[in-house]
Amino acid sequence: MSDGSFFQRDRGRHPPAYSAGYKSSILRSPTRAPISMDNTLSEMTGPVFGHHQLGPLDSDLILNFAKPGEMPVGQRIIVHGRVLDGNGRGVPDALLEVWQANAGGRYRHARETYLAALDPNFGGCGRVMTGEDGSYAIRTIKPGAYPWPNGPNDWRPAHIHFSVFGSGFAQRLITQMYFEGDPMIALCPIVRTIPTQEAIDSLTALYDPQATVPMDARAYRFDIVLRGRRSTLFENRMEGN
Amino acid sequence: MQRLPYLKESPSQTAGPYVHIGCTPNFCGINGVYDEDPGARMVDERTQGARITLSGVVYDGMDAPMKDVMVEIWQADAAGIYPGNDPRGNADPHFTGWGRKAGDYATGEWVFETIKPGRVPFKDGRMMAPHITLWIVARGINTGLHTRIYFPDEDAVNAEDPVLMRLEHKSRIPTLIAEKTGPGAYRFDVRLHGERETIFFDI
Ligand SMILES: [Fe+3]
Repeated sequence: MSDGSFFQRDRGRHPPAYSAGYKSSILRSPTRAPISMDNTLSEMTGPVFGHHQLGPLDSDLILNFAKPGEMPVGQRIIVHGRVLDGNGRGVPDALLEVWQANAGGRYRHARETYLAALDPNFGGCGRVMTGEDGSYAIRTIKPGAYPWPNGPNDWRPAHIHFSVFGSGFAQRLITQMYFEGDPMIALCPIVRTIPTQEAIDSLTALYDPQATVPMDARAYRFDIVLRGRRSTLFENRMEGN
Repeated sequence: MQRLPYLKESPSQTAGPYVHIGCTPNFCGINGVYDEDPGARMVDERTQGARITLSGVVYDGMDAPMKDVMVEIWQADAAGIYPGNDPRGNADPHFTGWGRKAGDYATGEWVFETIKPGRVPFKDGRMMAPHITLWIVARGINTGLHTRIYFPDEDAVNAEDPVLMRLEHKSRIPTLIAEKTGPGAYRFDVRLHGERETIFFDI
């Protein structure tokens, strides 16, 4: 429910709007500081999605675009974890939307310029909602690294983009998940917009042999933390509440 | 001394140029995975309230339209109740309150068909002026930008809106007020730099 305002966002944990190493941010960052505003109902409420709005293959990127009887090329993986709030509680019914390149590092998009091949059986989009305890799982193909126009020779580490809805619009978040052990992470100008190593590590999914399906798919664990709500210990309740 | 173990929020990362694949797949030609792009429709024939069209363009620091932008809006229904989880009660069942649009590939323009929202109380019970929350992501935006859209035909209530009233630089308030371009048609352009840089909120 939406009866508490959210903890203030710790701006020191997020990338600054302007980060010189990520050239697109130079003309796309406001020059003035954002104005602090206490949450009102407009920020504490948020859209509610229903599990019934999702199709049975939405969380399976291996099958949701493939032709009948065919499969995409690449390493089969499971990505799973929990969506938690700042108080460590699971966030139920959170909607996660994901997108990614195929195993060769190529996106299915009109603006894509990388010469790696498209995979006719891979779309690259999926979505899932968390259960009662905040847990989720998707099945997909491990994305490839890809080059991008920033510095003369910048490559993105393998990553999956995540869009997250919690229970209030103030929690709205878009982020990216990286893979444990990838040497490209430390070199990436977009990763390096994040101010601290600890925060970078929080976006790095860990290889999870326990959740691996033998002879089928390896597993990675990725937990996402959204802003928590204040408890309303001494709040004067309006009559009728 | 004991430090309480609150968890830290996951850091934001840019939505990048391919946000459409995950958020508006049908718009970018990935058909057959989802029936319809999420947030594409906010109203149906039975939605209460005055129909409005809300359009705009987000301009970068060189005043060029951002053609790869994705925007979302969140607003109350005509009676001032938020759909879904408003603690005050149920909203109009024919209104979603939430919309999502990608900028047009050629012009960067986004357009929402929605209704004019009702007034919602501030924390202390004073009524806020009708407004719509706008959230902006794109390549180059490291953390999604939150702003508010107010209405140009609500001068009296805008003047007593608790959020607008406490803004220090009154000269910037016009950046939060849409322009009326026709009957039921409003335009809200966003500027990331310059004299008319839009106010963004740290909410
Ligand atoms: Fe990417």
